[in-house]
Amino acid sequence: MSPELVLGAVLAAAAVVFVAVPFLRASEPPEPETPPDATLAAAEERDRLLAELKELEFDHRTGKITDEDYRSQVYPLRRRAADLLPREAAEDPSEQQFSPPTVPSSRPDR
Amino acid sequence: MPELGRAALIVCLGLAVYAVVAGAIAARERRQRLAESAQNAVVASFATALVASLVLLVGLVQNDFGLVYVADHTSRELPLGYTISAFWGGQEGSLLLWLLILTGFSAVAVLLARRSAPTLLPWSVPILAGVITFFSFMLVAVSSPFGTQAAPPDGAGLNPSLQNPYMLAHPPMLYLGFVGLTIPFAFAMGALIARRSDELWIVVTRRWTLIAWTFLGFGQLLGAHWAYVEVGWGGYFAWDPVENAALMPWLAATAFLHSVMIQEKRGMLKIWNVVLVIGAFALALFGTFLTRSGIISSIHSFTESSIGPWFLGFIGIVLAFSIALVVSRLPLLRSKTRLESPISREATFLYNNLLLVAFCLTILWGVLYPILTEALRGEPVTVGPPYYNFFLKAFGLPLLLLMGIGPLIAWRRASLRGLGRTFVWPAAVALATGAILLALGAGSSIPGLVGYTFCAFVMASIVLEFARGTRARHALGSSSWAGAFSSLIGRNRRRYGGYIVHASIVLLAIGVVGSSAYDTVAERELRPGQTMSVRNYDLRYVDNVTRRGANAQELRAIVEVSRGGERLGTLEPGKNRYFAEQQVSNEAAIRSDRLNGEDLFLVADQIDPDGTLFLKVLVKPLVNVIWIAGFVFLGGALIALWPDAREQRRLAVRYGGREALARA
Repeated sequence: MSPELVLGAVLAAAAVVFVAVPFLRASEPPEPETPPDATLAAAEERDRLLAELKELEFDHRTGKITDEDYRSQVYPLRRRAADLLPREAAEDPSEQQFSPPTVPSSRPDR
Repeated sequence: MPELGRAALIVCLGLAVYAVVAGAIAARERRQRLAESAQNAVVASFATALVASLVLLVGLVQNDFGLVYVADHTSRELPLGYTISAFWGGQEGSLLLWLLILTGFSAVAVLLARRSAPTLLPWSVPILAGVITFFSFMLVAVSSPFGTQAAPPDGAGLNPSLQNPYMLAHPPMLYLGFVGLTIPFAFAMGALIARRSDELWIVVTRRWTLIAWTFLGFGQLLGAHWAYVEVGWGGYFAWDPVENAALMPWLAATAFLHSVMIQEKRGMLKIWNVVLVIGAFALALFGTFLTRSGIISSIHSFTESSIGPWFLGFIGIVLAFSIALVVSRLPLLRSKTRLESPISREATFLYNNLLLVAFCLTILWGVLYPILTEALRGEPVTVGPPYYNFFLKAFGLPLLLLMGIGPLIAWRRASLRGLGRTFVWPAAVALATGAILLALGAGSSIPGLVGYTFCAFVMASIVLEFARGTRARHALGSSSWAGAFSSLIGRNRRRYGGYIVHASIVLLAIGVVGSSAYDTVAERELRPGQTMSVRNYDLRYVDNVTRRGANAQELRAIVEVSRGGERLGTLEPGKNRYFAEQQVSNEAAIRSDRLNGEDLFLVADQIDPDGTLFLKVLVKPLVNVIWIAGFVFLGGALIALWPDAREQRRLAVRYGGREALARA
């Protein structure tokens, strides 16, 4: 048998051992936890609303939307986010930098 | 050593088949140890592909002409760099590179997803392994790089057009792009099979698509520069079917990278996004099929081979499987929200997507039409640059304009008053630029003038976006303007990296328009001592010279160049006659002006024994801006790719299971 074939056999054996490693454990490891669809959907919706509020605020600050447009859009969004926003903001204080102000913007239209 | 290479490929095939079967059973029956074992098989397949690649590389470097592949693609006189690049210079070697990159990317994706997407991974592993199975089977049974023979005294050498430093980087870069699109496809399919209605697959695929898209985009620019300096016709993109094959998946991936933002921000376009991921992967496979089947004649393609039907079959299976899966999961993919206004950021993304996909399909039709016509009628038909250039203008100019409009419009809906306020400066800059260019004589090309006016509009909107964003951050309390600017980019790398990529597209457009709409071409027969003038250049043909290069005889015409009486130097266009390959190549001579980005491009079409030179001269304004655009593109893509710790934390909370969510 040529040395190359021996090397090939060693490679195959090493691959088999590597593939078999999970079976050498005593017991089946726990399956990764998947949050229920509804929970994930709620979390995604919460993140989406937060992102939309941040975008809206940023668009307003950079002059892309008028005060009037801003006010007409921010309240419905804020209502939808009302029960979700505080939890997310508490998780990451830096998120609050672009969160909607607590009073309607008094920034004049240019 | 070929036995070791063959054995490594067989082990790779065995591991891939095991990962498909074990992975599918593990995902279906929720057996965690079996799932991990299948994942290990994918990781191990990379090790085996690496061993096979090293065997071929050693054979190439040692000039082991007992290996058919080495004898067919190298010679003793071939410089070492090109000997290494011969790894992907032929059919079998380039397939092995495909497999190496595929297993490498798959191994990295598996190891990363164990932490970031452990619930999605078991469903994606069989898909990844299925693709690995196909490529390893091709290398084991159909197109092996380890075929042996009685060693001839020397090899046939490498195609002269591949003997260029760009060949060391351009093909691997393209393969990284093509192959990288496998990962988004696998995770998208995994999510559909698992009936996942959440957006975890979007999180995983977005980054991988961005990686593949960056490699594909930069690889194409490297290829364009290779064509420009090596092929010797003065152009950089010829709408060759193989060039189109790389452009199509890039366009599909570009559309996905934009539309995925609408899904993330508004929960819309789910079906569209899945279709784009499938389309990008299928187009990458189709490009590989085009290059390798011998079905089309191209400077970039390999010779006719038997692998075409296999690829066609695999593409058919991929399309049938994925379309059936999408159709069966349609209820999961239906969006709950609708577009609020046709004048909004998401609407501009939608228009951008429609244009990108329409352009991609137009190119696909241009590639397919000659193939189908020849197959059905037996008549060869050519679809040439005029067809593609028409659609480039028809779809490219509106796309360019949308790149400037998009950032100026708010999400959800924008009022006319708001639009008027944000558009005034970019529109003024664009109109002023158009008027100045018209006064300078740029009206000789209307598409060129329109293109430059649009470029000015886009660039102004990008600058304005950075300026307004920086001002907003400064108003929020950043201590300095530099700090505000840096914080602006750092807090939204994807958006501002994207704007830098947009700026690179503007630079690309400036270079393409300048070098194609405003170029000058002249041809002349010259005897030694004679002169010719092209634009503001004066050229004097001095004489010709023959010398010996590393592996070729070099014949060069010596041409003195001056401008306005000032001598600029000497250029030496000519031809190389390669010893081993017995082929002649054109060697262009290029003088680049760093100040205005213009190139003087000389091609010695013919040098007669009596010294007569048939010289072709091209003056290409702004062509160097194209290559600068490549680096700007890379910079923007890297910023967009840079990990964002805040986003990762948020995603970990979102997808990290009940405990993490409970903490949130």
